[in-house]
Amino acid sequence: MREPVTAVNDHAAENLQFIRHAMERSTTFSAVPGVGGALMGTVGLAASVIAALQPTAEKWLAAWLSAAVIALTIGLVAIRAKATRLGLALAGPPVRRFALGLSAPFLAGAALTFGLWRHGVWALIPPTWLLLYGTGVLTGGAFSVAPMRVLGLAFMTLGVVALVTPADWGNVWLGLGFGGLQIVFGVYVARRHGG
Amino acid sequence: MGARARATTLPSRTPAGEPQAKALAQRLDRLIHDRTRLAIVSALAANDTMGFNDLKGITGTTDGNLSVHARRLEDAGYVHCEKSFAGRVPRTEYRLTAAGRRALEKYLDHMDALIRATRRR
Repeated sequence: MREPVTAVNDHAAENLQFIRHAMERSTTFSAVPGVGGALMGTVGLAASVIAALQPTAEKWLAAWLSAAVIALTIGLVAIRAKATRLGLALAGPPVRRFALGLSAPFLAGAALTFGLWRHGVWALIPPTWLLLYGTGVLTGGAFSVAPMRVLGLAFMTLGVVALVTPADWGNVWLGLGFGGLQIVFGVYVARRHGG
Repeated sequence: MGARARATTLPSRTPAGEPQAKALAQRLDRLIHDRTRLAIVSALAANDTMGFNDLKGITGTTDGNLSVHARRLEDAGYVHCEKSFAGRVPRTEYRLTAAGRRALEKYLDHMDALIRATRRR
């Protein structure tokens, strides 16, 4: 006669879990790409090597911007693929909040890049990118998985380091951030958060 | 708070704890016990408002099924539905009413009490 009571207990616990998941699903964006993130990091790492070999600052900038377009495309495709694979919705409040939190600092970064290029302030481009990418990942990560927030903070730290170290080291910090950090994050997410 | 208050008003426990668990189970709010309706209420408890398509994504159900379940919650006064137009596109927004939030809290208390009642066996 004890079995039904255990079943009631299990059912109640399962219901609480269901409620928690429903709440989480409605407030958290979880289609963060792991493998895609690592691929983005690989592109970042390659960009840092290619950019370092460029003879002019304009070509250095072009190398990084080309890599950004490729990495962004990989990121978007990977998000879509993960959402489809896990049956996650790519609409709704968490997705909108995540996208807004992520894109606002990115747009500010694009505008500042234009301003810095226009005035020839090359030295400030690496810290600006690292700080604003980190800000975007951190604010977007407020509506997503916890490792995103850690990644955002790490990028911001790297941005501050880039500000206080010689300008010539800027490319190294970019490679470390958009390459190294991104790969580590991607592998972690792939292992712990469903690929 | 509610869970503790409720636990003190439960009928005295039998050695097996089974009648108490059964009694608790029978007092469940059947309206939100259904999985789809429970998902709707839970999602709305975590958000101020949610659109029809957002809820469809969360519950993973069809348009027709969601409409039926949302209507039942609306009829019970647990959910408020607001229809409007964004340009020419109709929009349906849902939000949890105070009664709906209380019902979810009560349901959570019931689940909590059920687990505690069966664990004390």
